[in-house]
This record gives sequence, structure tokens and C-alpha cells, in this order.
Amino acid sequence: MAQTILKQWGSKLAIAGAIVLYLLPLLGMDFSTYMTLTIAGLAMGMMLFLVASGLSIIFGLMDVINFAHGVCFAYGAYVAFSVFKYLNAWVTADSVFLNFGIFFIAIVAAFIVVAVVGMVVERVLVRRVYGSHLFQILITFGGMVVLTELIRIIWGPNDEVMPKPVSFAGNWNIFDIIILKYPIYAIALGLIVYAVIQLILKKTKVGKIVRAGVENPEMVQAMGHNIFLIFTGVFAVGAGLAAVGGLTMAIFNLQVYPDMGGAYLIFAFIIVIIGGLGSVTGSLVGALIVGLSYNYVAYLLPSLAVGVNILIMVIILLIKPTGLFAAGK
Amino acid sequence: MSETILKTEAIHTFIGQHHILQGVSFEARADAVTVLIGRNGAGKSSTLKTVMGLLPASEGKIIFKGKEIQSRKPYDIARLGIGFVPENMGIFADLTVEENMQVAMLREDAATAERLESVLEMFTALRDFWRAKAGILSGGQKQMLAIARAIINDTALLLIDEPTKGLAPIIINALIDAINQIKQHSVVVLVEQNFYMASSVGDYFFILDDGKVVHSGAMAELVQDEEMQSKYLGISKSV
Repeated sequence: MAQTILKQWGSKLAIAGAIVLYLLPLLGMDFSTYMTLTIAGLAMGMMLFLVASGLSIIFGLMDVINFAHGVCFAYGAYVAFSVFKYLNAWVTADSVFLNFGIFFIAIVAAFIVVAVVGMVVERVLVRRVYGSHLFQILITFGGMVVLTELIRIIWGPNDEVMPKPVSFAGNWNIFDIIILKYPIYAIALGLIVYAVIQLILKKTKVGKIVRAGVENPEMVQAMGHNIFLIFTGVFAVGAGLAAVGGLTMAIFNLQVYPDMGGAYLIFAFIIVIIGGLGSVTGSLVGALIVGLSYNYVAYLLPSLAVGVNILIMVIILLIKPTGLFAAGK
Repeated sequence: MSETILKTEAIHTFIGQHHILQGVSFEARADAVTVLIGRNGAGKSSTLKTVMGLLPASEGKIIFKGKEIQSRKPYDIARLGIGFVPENMGIFADLTVEENMQVAMLREDAATAERLESVLEMFTALRDFWRAKAGILSGGQKQMLAIARAIINDTALLLIDEPTKGLAPIIINALIDAINQIKQHSVVVLVEQNFYMASSVGDYFFILDDGKVVHSGAMAELVQDEEMQSKYLGISKSV
């Protein structure tokens, strides 16, 4: 009886429980602060989603644990930093068109450059260690160290201030609630990227092959599809998405620094494990859980901000070891 | 005698340290169903996987339509016109039946559309569940989908691994009908432990034991030879 109720209502109960849980911080703060933190949390979640979605598909499809993924995040931020520096007039111009134009150019440049870096990492490092998690951890960790040092050589070892396009600064005041503009843009970007990924995965032939590959890569090969070409493509797109996450986070935090990739990689792995391997929707939900939890707890109990996400991951793993939305392997 | 479409010459295959295939030689003739039979662990499934390139042959030759294919990648081999239905069916459970078929289609032209129509006529249940996730299908329906995917392209050779495993007798009869239809267009190599199925569709047999072919011949001979059935297939005389 209890099992039947749990089966029928389990997901609805979980959603209701999550809503109640995420309203709890209201007991310790006023509504205006709560809304500001919620928007910041959603924005952080969306930026983390960009990093985690690529990692999740790479993990799910290729069974590769990629520690070099975080460095793609940093490369994205640095490429955007260079673009902003080169076209600084567009960043400082008092024109919404030019500000969004430079943001778009930075996204495209970061995505392309880092996708190529991802392709090289897959071809040179990862392809040699398919099937061996231990070697994957060692070789991609090594790759992360080398690529981070390369950042220091190209852009210098110091932290740099990331400029923010003029129109992205400031806020809106809606019923006495201060809403920062940039987090809203970041949330919109995350939603657009999610929609595009879903469209590609669900409506295109290559997307269907990728989804099939997440479940059974051997069978995909036996159907005449070059799985290694698909692996390279997915790795490149995953790296490109991490780059977009990196540049949006750099604008949010107004800084770039060589080790920034490693700092966010831990969040990406937590999100992938919470959401389930190979699931883009899982990454989105996981990223929002992490982003919101981090922001609420960082305000109320700052020292527990990261710990609470690890606790959530442990609880979810105990209830559903495959993660919330694991693709059916 | 009809032409040989697939021939393996003394293939050896290792899985880790284990020497699974120890010089397997067999051939599949055009217009015929060749059945590989033997006890569990004899090397039947590994033989099909080696032909498909999913397990690497360390020695020996695999010749398909006169070309050596043992060093080719599985996706190249599939594109030569070899369809494969693995023992676990390899269904993509999170994809719909339609999406499973789309992934299997190497071309989306008029000929493929025509083949799809005839496949759906053969396996009508697939049409009923066209938009449903493949994971909800019954065992028999999943097997139908697995076979449908393997013949949706211009398949010259179909490799099927134990299609009757875990299926009810009524479904097995439907599969026998399907394979008899498929053999009009494609050469079929079937791995099968169910002797009723094997003898119903097979024209030739190869018995594998401990990674080697120990007997071969026309299926009609094996049906008559109860001693061989008992010795290699563990089928006891009816009482």
C-alpha cells in the first residue's frame, strides 16, 4: 500500500517537499533579501548548468571522468576577457545593442576556441584511456594542470578584473525588491541554451544518436555510426558549453584567475551526480538545487555553503543512487 | 551449391586473458539460414561479436562478400550491409520506437521508407507503440524492434543472437515466421539454443564446443541424429 502511494505520488511529494524546503529560508530573512538571493541562486544555477551539462553528457556517453573540464570553464572566461579587452569600446559604450553584441561575440568566440581545445584534449589525451577510470582521472588531471599553466603563460599569473558591459550593470526595482539585471540575463541565457540542447537532442538525427549512445554505445557502433566521431563532437560541445559558463560567471564575479576552473569543477561533479549521468534535464535541476542552496546557506550560515550541497548529494544518492534523472543504461 | 557470403577462417578471440574462440571456421551461404548451436559458453555469441568487430580477432580471417573485414571497425562493418541483433537486444529504452528506428536508418530515402512499411507490416505491434518509449515494450516486442532495426537498411547479412531467450512459445512461432520472411531478402546467421527454433528456420548448422566448431552439416541431418543432439546440445531422447 505504502509502496503504491510512493510510486504514484513519489515525484509530486518530492517536488512539494523541495518547495517547502526552499521557502524555509524566509524564516531567517525578509522577503526582499529572499528574492535577491533566489535570483542570484537561479543565476548561479544556470551558469553551473552550462558547465555541468557538458560534463554530464561526456560522462554518460563516453564513461569518461574528465577533470580537464573545469579548465575549459577558465578558458572561456579568458577568451571573453580578451575579446572584451580588444573591443573595449563596445563594452563601455552606452548602447544596449553594442553591449549585447560584444556579449554575443564573446560567447561565440569562447565556444569555438574552447571547443577546439576540447577536441584536442579528447584526441590527444582521453582517447588513449577509454575504459579505464583510473587512467582517465590521472591523465585529465595532468591535462588540467598543463592547461592551467598555459593560462598563466598566455594571460599572466595574476587575477584580472573582468569588465561588465554597461547595460549589464544596475538593477530594476520592482515593488521594493531590488533585482540585478545581469543575473536575469544569465538565467535567460541558461534557459535558451537548455532549450537549444533539448531541441538538438530530441529533434535531430545526431541528437538521437547521442541519446542512444548514452544508453548503449556498442549498439550505436553496430548500427553503422562512428562512435569516436560522435565522442569527439560531444567532447567539443561539452567544452564549449563550459566555456560559456565560464564567461558568464566571470562577468558575474567581475574577475578572471587561472585556477577558477578547479573551483567550480567540484560544483559541476556534485550537479552531475545529483541530476544523473547523461541527463541534460538532470543537470538543470541539479544546478538549480546547488545554486539556490549555496546562496541561501551562504547568507544564513556562510561556513556551510559548500557542505550543504555535498549533504544534498549524499541524501539524493541514498534515496536514488542513479541520480534524479539518470538516462536508462 | 549457393555462393558463400560470409566465411570465417580459424578466428581466435580473447576476452581479457581468456581464449574464447580457438580457431572458429564457418561459412554462411546465400539464400540460407545458418545456425550456430552449442552449450552455454561454447563461443557462439563471441563468434557473432567477432564478425561484427565488437570483439577483435587476434588471428584468422573474416571474409564478407570476398573482402577481408577482420581489421575493420564495427561501424564500417555495419555499413557493408551487416545487421546485428545482440543477445540483450540492445534496445534504447529511453528512446521511442520511432527514434530507435531512426537511429538505425543509415539513409532516409524512398527505399528505406518502403522497407519500413514492410517491416511494420511484419511486426504490427511496433506500429501500435510507435510513439511509446521502447523501455515499456514486452520482451517479444523488444525482440521485434531489435530485428526491425537490423533489417531497416539494405541488409545483406543478418546476425541474430538467441532471439528466443525468455520468450513465450507463441512469440517464438511469430519469430520463426518473421525469420522465414527475412531470409527471402537477407542471409541469416542465427545463434540459438532453442533447438525447436533452430531446426524450424535453419538450413545449415555449425556446432560449437569450447571455442571450436566440432560438427557442421545440413540441419535435416542434425534433426535425425539424436546422438549428436544429446552429446553436444544436451537434448535427451523423448520418452
